[in-house]
Amino acid sequence: MATVHGLRCRECDAEYPHEPLHVCEQCFGPLEVVYDYGAIQRVLTRELIASRPRNLWRYRELLPVTRDPIVGPHSGFTPLVRADRLAAALGVEQLYVKDDSVNHPTFSYKDRVVSVAISKAIEFGFDTVSCASTGNLANSVSAHAARAGLACYIFIPDDLEQGKIVGSAIYGPRTVAIRGNYDDVNRLCSEIADKYRWAFVNINLRPYYTEGAKTFGFEIAEQLGWTLPQHIVVPTAGGTILPKVARAFEELAQIGLVSGPMPKIYTAQAAGCAPVVRALHRGADLIEPVKPETIAKSIAIGNPADGYYVLKAVRDSGGWGEAVTDEEIVSAIHLLARTEGIFTEPAGGTTVAVTRKLIESGRIPRHESIVISVTGNGYKTLEAVSASVAAPFTINARLQEFDRLYDTLDPQAQTRGAAARP
Amino acid sequence: MPAKVRIPTPLRRFTGGSEEVGAAGATVAAVVNDLERQFVGIKDRLCDEEGRVRRFVNIYLNGDDIRFLANLETAVKDGDELSIVPAIAGG
Repeated sequence: MATVHGLRCRECDAEYPHEPLHVCEQCFGPLEVVYDYGAIQRVLTRELIASRPRNLWRYRELLPVTRDPIVGPHSGFTPLVRADRLAAALGVEQLYVKDDSVNHPTFSYKDRVVSVAISKAIEFGFDTVSCASTGNLANSVSAHAARAGLACYIFIPDDLEQGKIVGSAIYGPRTVAIRGNYDDVNRLCSEIADKYRWAFVNINLRPYYTEGAKTFGFEIAEQLGWTLPQHIVVPTAGGTILPKVARAFEELAQIGLVSGPMPKIYTAQAAGCAPVVRALHRGADLIEPVKPETIAKSIAIGNPADGYYVLKAVRDSGGWGEAVTDEEIVSAIHLLARTEGIFTEPAGGTTVAVTRKLIESGRIPRHESIVISVTGNGYKTLEAVSASVAAPFTINARLQEFDRLYDTLDPQAQTRGAAARP
Repeated sequence: MPAKVRIPTPLRRFTGGSEEVGAAGATVAAVVNDLERQFVGIKDRLCDEEGRVRRFVNIYLNGDDIRFLANLETAVKDGDELSIVPAIAGG
């Protein structure tokens, strides 16, 4: 069932057909998909959703595909983890982690947006897919392209973590590393997209690509029993997820699947790259670009084109935002791992650290429900924590040696949990 | 030799389909005015009524975002490359 009317400019409302377009010809504003909500409401019920496979396509009427899903059959429907030990450590009562670190097939939230983008690329007849990436997107595009048998070019900054580089190359794309930061890569890719007839998932397919991010929000609502959390903290890089998570909750309310107040939404950034948080704290509308300098490379986008929409979504919801230092980020990665057994990358550490800051500053009340958005996996960014994890004790294979070692250790330290170090 | 200006697809109908044109001016603002002189109507796509660059337009001088330089007052030399790029980012 086709539920898409076409595209519309978010800024000036100019209308466009259902094609691979991304920029308004009148004002250069971004285009977004327009749905037929009346038709969707008649079809998409809680029961229909529950009857479908546990992947992101269970909400497909709210996604811009016109055929049966072609890629991403196992993407989405990641765990919503009730995080009681982390809650205790932070001094709150009802805390959840939406854990996209285990998304399929490439262990980040990007598998959501890429599943949708590559489905559309195939519908539109492209034979080559591409992206500008800080790592997770390239991993995802390469993997999905391989499974779909499409040619693939990925463009990255030349200083990415090893896990991210190898984690794309293994699927066999052509990789082009640019001597510069992500913003340089992105600008170049805009020019390449203009010239070559490739499906750049986050450029000329962007209006379709961003729709996949809504599924992060749909799932949270469904997994909470079709209710909405009171607070949700979301990391901000280019600015895609946060506005689309807000939109997801609004759409569910619009078609009658949830009711009640919309959550307060908080943006999380690294202090070394916080153009949106800076504008938020200044009460400004205009975001000034920055040159990123942070361990959180996956969110090191100094020029976030959707930043304006992040500000709007945060302000409309009555939320806020904070930035945290690299030290706080690493500490938060450790905290999440030790309390909940979830190993996230610096973007996830940023979100946990910002949540802690918002709780301690009194912005988020301690008795209300909170969701922390974990968008990526720590196994891909070992460099971030390898210097701060405890080294192993090394002994010979003799029981006496182990006995002697054990006598020096404090047995309480293992069970005390998050605060302890061996 | 004037500055070279890369024109993105949405603006090529002003330039008769050309993706790269020459324009003269001592500053980015002057180059924009020269583009308007050659291709009437193009300036309105780039700048608002107060003459500021529109929110979703990025202008680069030799690869540098002019917002890190002097915005529209950034000095331009002969042979410099300007690139006009719609502001789409994220990945």
